[in-house]
Amino acid sequence: MRFSSGLALALSLAAGTAAAGNDLPQHQLPGSPDGNLVVGLCDGETSIEVKGVKPGDPLTREQGQQIADTLMKEWRSKHPDSGWVVVAADPPAQGQLPGVKAPVENQFQTYGAFSERDQQIWKDSTDRLVAEGKRIFHDAKALGGTNAVSCDMCHPDASNTHPETYPKFQVQLGRVALLRDMINWCIENPVRGKPFADDDPRLKALEAYILAQRKGVALDYGKH
Amino acid sequence: MVHKSIETKHYEERASFFDDLTRMGRLSRRGFLHIAGVSAGIAAAKGLIVPQSFQLIEISRAAESIPPFTIAYVSDTHLYTRNVNDRFVRSAVKAVEDVNALDPQPDFVLFGGDLAQLGHREELDLGAQILKDLRAPVKMMVGEHDWYLDLGEHWRSLFGPPQYSFDHKGVHFVTLMSVQEKDFWTARGMAPEERMQTVAGLDNGIQSRFEVGPEGRQWLQNDLEKIDKATPIVIFSHSPLYKYYRNWNFWTEDADEVQAILSKFDTVSVIHGHTHQLLLNHIGNISFYGLLSTAWPWPYAPEGLPKLTVQMNRADPFNAFDGCGDGQLNVLASGMINKVYNLWNRNPVTVRASYLSSSGTKEQPPATTLSSY
Repeated sequence: MRFSSGLALALSLAAGTAAAGNDLPQHQLPGSPDGNLVVGLCDGETSIEVKGVKPGDPLTREQGQQIADTLMKEWRSKHPDSGWVVVAADPPAQGQLPGVKAPVENQFQTYGAFSERDQQIWKDSTDRLVAEGKRIFHDAKALGGTNAVSCDMCHPDASNTHPETYPKFQVQLGRVALLRDMINWCIENPVRGKPFADDDPRLKALEAYILAQRKGVALDYGKH
Repeated sequence: MVHKSIETKHYEERASFFDDLTRMGRLSRRGFLHIAGVSAGIAAAKGLIVPQSFQLIEISRAAESIPPFTIAYVSDTHLYTRNVNDRFVRSAVKAVEDVNALDPQPDFVLFGGDLAQLGHREELDLGAQILKDLRAPVKMMVGEHDWYLDLGEHWRSLFGPPQYSFDHKGVHFVTLMSVQEKDFWTARGMAPEERMQTVAGLDNGIQSRFEVGPEGRQWLQNDLEKIDKATPIVIFSHSPLYKYYRNWNFWTEDADEVQAILSKFDTVSVIHGHTHQLLLNHIGNISFYGLLSTAWPWPYAPEGLPKLTVQMNRADPFNAFDGCGDGQLNVLASGMINKVYNLWNRNPVTVRASYLSSSGTKEQPPATTLSSY
């Protein structure tokens, strides 16, 4: 299946602005009188009730496919002129389907059908994470440190953090370490804070910043 | 650390000394004095107290040469108050103990700047208190971490003007205030604390580049006017007086102008802090030596490293003292300097004056086995 470019843009717009605030339009699903599962489509309007299935019940792959197919059928009936094409079922004869521009020189694929604006949104999102990492890297309090030492004091611009060399056998630890193990080691020792949990957003942000500073350096795991 | 007996060391030094003589071929008086100075430097570097029979120190004290002497240094202690961070305090005390253990004592001790971390009165007071324990007299230099909270007010009240000169045993010493920055704070409406925090961030690009500034350069020009060109000159400056890496202010914006002022002298050595690493350079007639920090080592910058720098092994993060240290400057009969990097937890590294003056062809210091990533 593939989206027409117009629909793809609309969907990605919603995704792009979702991070910006909380006062966004939400897909309010109608309740089921029998307490059945209600599934909404990403257009924010279409929904179906799944008979005999309660929220939280496990679903088989077949049931899932059936739900997806029903929702799409519903959507397509509401948008007869959308240009939605099921490629495998009816391969387009070039230039024959109304509203569909046949791809000319590049391969067409849903994931590849994004505009420069989408790419800008992705870049901004990524850079926000990197910037947050940079902030924490330079802020002893944000690191949870107790002696006013921050990462940048020994690693200006994240120098000498060499993320490209991990995983490697860290001789002083006597075991193989990842970059995050060394981040946590630094937080515990020179910074005298508490190590971050693996899913701590601060740890993720620090990794993002450190990796971003080494863009273009060849990966060389195990290097000493 | 390779352990060698006193006898082995003695014979190695003697062999190295006579190798030098052989290489020289015809031994001129100047060459003789030079070698005598080097051998004295070796002895001082190794902390030997008893002069060896082959050292020619006494004989070298001819009328027109410099009597060799030693200066110790402690630099970049970056002190927070004790309740905030005791590690940097312990490091500073350790350096003072190192210097106090030198026998004979150095003629004086250079403090290389960045006594405090954030320029607080309490940090500077604590630093002054720690340095008071030094047995030898102290010459103070200011760093940006001491200055940008109150623009030097408290530092000056403790230590006097940041720019001054003096003569010692035939050498003219000048301490420069090289960390002037053009006003980046007023237009941004920064409070003094923000200004200090900005300057304290090595990779904070908002701040200006260091400079001696037009007034400082004029002062230097005037100070050197009456000095004979044959007089050895030693400059103390916090920033390196050349352009190494701009982004981290391993840099002096008006370095070229300052070098031009110094270029008329036969023998010039610049001793600088700020870079926290074994750092060497030679431009024209000027030899540059970076100082170690007691607080933390800095990695070598990604570009701009002077070719003559022999890198120190990268620091072991698991040892809080590794890559840090203090050291000595052994002023030779020629007025040139052999510099001892007393790296804690490692063998000391001695950089001979002849290494820099020969543009790296002689007396190469031991190479790194763990270079930068």
